[in-house]
Amino acid sequence: MSANPIGWDWRTCKVTGLTVDRSAERLIVFNAVTAVLYLAFGGTLALLIALTRWPKMHLISNAEWFYRLVGAHGAAMLIFWILFFEVAGLLFGGSILLSRRLTAPKMGWLAYVMMLVGSLGVTYTMLSGQATVMFTAYPPLKASALFYGMMLLYAVGALVAVLHFLVNIVTARLQGQVRTLPLFTFALLVAAILALFTLVSGTLAILPAFLWRLGVIDHVDPAAYRLLFWGFGHGAQQVNLAAMIGIWYALASLTMGAKPINEGLSRFAFVLYVLFIQLGSMHHILVDPGLSSWARGLNASYFMYAAVMGSMIHAFTIPASMEVAARERGHTKGLFGWLKSAPWGQPAFAAMIISFVMFGVLGGISGVIMGGIQLNMIAHNTLIVPAHFHMTVVAGTTLAFMGMTYILVPLMVRRDLFLPGWARLQPYLYGLGMLLFGIGMGLAGHYGVPRRHWDITFPSMTQLSGGVYDGANIHWSLALMALGATIAVTAGAMYIVVAAGTVFIGRKNDVPNIGHVEASAVTPTDPNAPVHHPKGFEAPGTMMLATGFLVLFILLYGWSWFELSKVSWIIK
Amino acid sequence: MTTRTSTLLAPQGRWWGPLGKDERLWFALVVAWALAMYVMMQFVWPAVGEEQIVFDSYKVDPKVFQQLTDDYIAAHQTGTLLNIPIVDAPPGDVYLLGERFRFRPLLNLKQGQTYRFLISSVDVQHGFSVQPDNFNLQVVPGYVTAVTLTPKEAGTYQIVCNEYCGPGHHLMLGRIEVTP
Ligand code: HEM
Ligand SMILES: [Cu+2]
Ligand SMILES: [Cu+2]
Repeated sequence: MSANPIGWDWRTCKVTGLTVDRSAERLIVFNAVTAVLYLAFGGTLALLIALTRWPKMHLISNAEWFYRLVGAHGAAMLIFWILFFEVAGLLFGGSILLSRRLTAPKMGWLAYVMMLVGSLGVTYTMLSGQATVMFTAYPPLKASALFYGMMLLYAVGALVAVLHFLVNIVTARLQGQVRTLPLFTFALLVAAILALFTLVSGTLAILPAFLWRLGVIDHVDPAAYRLLFWGFGHGAQQVNLAAMIGIWYALASLTMGAKPINEGLSRFAFVLYVLFIQLGSMHHILVDPGLSSWARGLNASYFMYAAVMGSMIHAFTIPASMEVAARERGHTKGLFGWLKSAPWGQPAFAAMIISFVMFGVLGGISGVIMGGIQLNMIAHNTLIVPAHFHMTVVAGTTLAFMGMTYILVPLMVRRDLFLPGWARLQPYLYGLGMLLFGIGMGLAGHYGVPRRHWDITFPSMTQLSGGVYDGANIHWSLALMALGATIAVTAGAMYIVVAAGTVFIGRKNDVPNIGHVEASAVTPTDPNAPVHHPKGFEAPGTMMLATGFLVLFILLYGWSWFELSKVSWIIK
Repeated sequence: MTTRTSTLLAPQGRWWGPLGKDERLWFALVVAWALAMYVMMQFVWPAVGEEQIVFDSYKVDPKVFQQLTDDYIAAHQTGTLLNIPIVDAPPGDVYLLGERFRFRPLLNLKQGQTYRFLISSVDVQHGFSVQPDNFNLQVVPGYVTAVTLTPKEAGTYQIVCNEYCGPGHHLMLGRIEVTP
């Protein structure tokens, strides 16, 4: 890279050759370690609540505590683990990856402190029973003013972190340190732009609730809150999506030497997210703040499908670029010889590919189906909903993040990966646990079991309940869910041991062993090397797999309409 | 001639260019599928399906809605169960009130008759989840969800609250009895 910089604390990475700003490095380690601590906390709660939802075990015998812990699990995981990690990613993409120093490290620390205090405050209010309102906190359910205040502090802190990233990218550009951003950084930029909109929307939802609890205003419109809250809640998932896909691309390059087969197309697919997701939430707010428009949601369809198109493009270009890279290295046998040659024993690769498949097949298809206006009726607020988002944000995003750390953490702290054997096994175990968990929970939801519910056996209400959820199919599904949860939480704990062990007690090593990494991922190649286009398909194996995916999608979609048609009520 | 670069490096040369054969085929398939789903949801199902979601929604003062429900119950009550009134509902408007932690009244309906359900809440949000059939609507205080329902089959249906509404959420039930 450039000549040795003067006037700031830096080092050269002996593996990648990147110039590393030490202040960025510290900030990244703080954010990442905080994220992992929340993951450990949220994972512990996950096991407790999952074992409670299995009626045979019904672990937590106090309903109030069950609801507190469900709320705290949602917040610790979806908001704290994910966002602290993303901030670490933004810091990395905005400085180290570009071999430049942070423009305003103080801004990064300010964001960190606000987010830390805010998240601790939210966790405290939730555990102490001041805020047993779930992380959605729909008014007029009441939490203490402190809860909303801490939520706001956290949201504003996260906004500062996002702005900090944008400041870095803009100054890098102005100072001529970058021209076109690497695709990975571009994905982060897309995530950051989406995050700006969602965090503002979230702040606008929480602020009136805060003022209401302070007594400044006497009413919060619950439907308007839902609208704004989901402007945040749903948009935030698009942030996670963009970050996760950026990581898929990065890991495909690092572990397989993949280069996007058409960089322009990949970037176009990211731009679809920015355009259509935001139009989506803006439109809801502009036309009608009431429930009717959001329920009818005629418009939901076309932006949603435009965004879905973006994801379907990535679903093809990522494996295709891996296939092309492997074929170029000589793994040309048959349709799938390239797949056989992949580094299945490299934890970063395993995590990436499992995340990719589970996100697409389980999370993606279920999400598109539930997002259909009429089909939503047989899914809304049943266990299908958490089943769906655990496939996206846990099997997908969380596992992708884990994969990224298997490479980045050793490089960052210059220590060998702790317990590499555990790391190799971990993604498979986590994926297996999540698979069983998702199938069990999804089936239970399909049979009508509600989400966020302490006791579906209604022991004190038998005259009314009529044993509505006593069927053997429901009990088996929930048992499967509990089994999957136990496996997944075990694998989650293994991850935490490996990650924390690497940071604190891994063997010091300037050239840490991170498994096989393709040199072409980080060393520029000859820009003039022409791309060789074969006559037939470039990635026939991927074409085959992608077509199979589409067929499965069509079958499940058709089946869902069939299920809807079986409802024995005419609903007009 | 376009170039290809690792996703971790700034792209070199001309990185935008026409799509290859693979991408063109896949892109066409994806667009066709997105359109097919759009047509299904907006045109096909509205024309052929019996389960639509074109319900109306009105703003209402929760106190007023509670009064309307009380009047409705007074006019049609036939009994009680667990302190909850039971109503023989004539075809037409049916009032159903969610309150922590019950649905009031319990309803007796006739198979094949059509009812316009007016559903709301006096306090917080609740979920209107009809079991074991499994269809679900959101109940929001200050708004009436008005939906026209016709039971096609006789039987007992539970209404389970599936929106978290407070410490007794898991006790909140209602019932619809459909007789031939
Ligand atoms: C081993 C991993 C995990 C297991 C076994 C697990 C299990 C569960 C269970 C049983 C519920 C309660 C469902 C209900 O009763 O409605 C739940 C809720 C939830 N989980 Fe997880 N979870 C895991 C990891 C995660 C992660 C990593 C995230 C986020 C990144 C996450 C986000 C959520 C959210 C947002 C909720 C909803 C809370 C609410 O309804 O308010 N979970 N999880
Ligand atoms: Cu309720
Ligand atoms: Cu409830």
